[in-house]
Amino acid sequence: MSNETMTVFSPRLAARFDALVEKYPVKRSALIPMLLYAQDEIGYLSDSVIAEVADRIGITELEVRNVATYYSMLRFKPVGKYNVQVCTNISCMLSGAYELYERFQQELGIGPKGVTADGAFSLEEVECIGACCWGPAIQVNYDFLDELTPELVPGILESYRRKARTEGTVSHA
Amino acid sequence: MPRLVSHPDEVKIVTRRFGQGAAQIDRYIELGGYEAAKKCLEQGPDWIINELKASNLRGRGGAGFPTGMKWSFVPKQSAKPKYVLVNGDESEPGTCKDHLIFLHDPHAVIEGTIIAGLAIGAKIGFIYLRGEYRYLLEIMEKAVADAYAKGFLGKNIFGSDTEFEVITQTGAGAYEVGEESALMESLEGKRGVPRIKPPFPAVVGLYGGPTVINNAETIATVPHVIEMGSAAYAAAGSARNGGTRLFCISGHVQRPGVYELPMGYNLKRMIYEVAGGIRVGRSLKAVVPGGSSTPVLLPEEIENLGMDFDQVGKAGSMLGSGGVVVIDDHTCIVEFALRTISFYQHESCGWCIPCREGTDWLKKSLTRFHAGFGEAKDIDNIQYLAENMMGRTFCPLGDAAAMPTLGFVKKFRKEFEDHLNGKPCPFAKHVDLAVV
Repeated sequence: MSNETMTVFSPRLAARFDALVEKYPVKRSALIPMLLYAQDEIGYLSDSVIAEVADRIGITELEVRNVATYYSMLRFKPVGKYNVQVCTNISCMLSGAYELYERFQQELGIGPKGVTADGAFSLEEVECIGACCWGPAIQVNYDFLDELTPELVPGILESYRRKARTEGTVSHA
Repeated sequence: MPRLVSHPDEVKIVTRRFGQGAAQIDRYIELGGYEAAKKCLEQGPDWIINELKASNLRGRGGAGFPTGMKWSFVPKQSAKPKYVLVNGDESEPGTCKDHLIFLHDPHAVIEGTIIAGLAIGAKIGFIYLRGEYRYLLEIMEKAVADAYAKGFLGKNIFGSDTEFEVITQTGAGAYEVGEESALMESLEGKRGVPRIKPPFPAVVGLYGGPTVINNAETIATVPHVIEMGSAAYAAAGSARNGGTRLFCISGHVQRPGVYELPMGYNLKRMIYEVAGGIRVGRSLKAVVPGGSSTPVLLPEEIENLGMDFDQVGKAGSMLGSGGVVVIDDHTCIVEFALRTISFYQHESCGWCIPCREGTDWLKKSLTRFHAGFGEAKDIDNIQYLAENMMGRTFCPLGDAAAMPTLGFVKKFRKEFEDHLNGKPCPFAKHVDLAVV
């Protein structure tokens, strides 16, 4: 990037990008990991993130959007600090995933794809997360939680609230 | 942390280092690790491929293609660089075996990748994990860094003049990327849409170079085949189906889990003995034998069914990815069929029209049917639609959506008929009316 002041990447993210592009025979192979890592830091793929990734890879913003819209983990608006993803696919469904999902909705007071008023949590139903033998399972951001029951939901949410309090509002950067 | 299970009938080959701290490289070496790669380095490509052929190891991703034969298709001379690509985009519902391999034995994946590279003459191997497996990617990244530090990867592997690099890669959420050509597209930084074949990846693959693509379990099995010898490995399984495989038993069983059993192991025994049988007070209604894309089997069909690629194929289904989903008699099959097709509708990349439109209409029909607004002709229409998706798409996702749907309609036609005339299903719980 020619103008350093335009960057939305933190120095850590910029360094990670530089290391990533070195890895591959072709620079563009860094695109998908880069989008995901940028999202991890910034929260979602904002217009400025897309512009910067396009610039750093050397492709158009349209090309970046064309790729980014394909992948279900990439998003274009913010979610809660803790994004609760409940797998309801067949194995988890048979072990009670929908009952679990309903309990999360009740406890959080939000519906599918909702975000709590304080921005702490968001909730969504997701496809198979690869924890079929330990269902029903969820992911909170990247954490796997398995063999769950609806009764465990309040405790899970409380542990993340506590985590948010200890971590405060420290930026991920 | 995923629970590890055990049963006396298990034959622990691929899982033998699970739960023993083998993610640490020194522990892996202590348990015999990297000896197979060193042996392969001495023996050379022809020997490796012959060993793999003789082992009867078949691809664990689902198709069951013989691994040694796949490797032998890669041209010896190539103007473009050759690549090894490890498919860890594990996304087939019911399948969670690679999850445990990456967690407990990441070096087996690296060692298998090195051996594949030696066999085909590649200098670079990619290990691609689905984006949701971030904690496993971090485990893999550490394992790769440790292997470099020991000199097992790099310009001069194991002190030889052979070069081999390993690069880890994350996906970002896409079932379709588990298809080999879509996986290559994704690794090239593009949308994960499939490529038309031929040319096959062995000739024109990643970045246009000859590429071998194997499932993570297949690759993790390779060092064990070398270590124990192809004859011993082949003997552990059934005819033309070498060794063991990781069966992921989930759903309505007492002891769900990933069990390593010999190829050809009886499915009924797998459910009733290994996984402890059906939940108390319930009985078996149906089994999905190899991940959500494989046609359902009835209790009477599993009596004498050996779980290998050939026997399950002969029974009208597929061994697939090893995801055995057990369904009890308190389950609505129409609802199960709807949840299955909803997944494929969500994951269809939209490249081929029969799949894009077919999955959408199947979901709409099943949703309406399940909500009690179905008509008798819908049952035939669902079947007609599914039959016309089969074999008409670039990649197998269209088939993967159509096959299980056909199975449910054919084998549980009465249950579909019972939903007619506004009759509610006694077990229905989740009906999404929004799209009716």
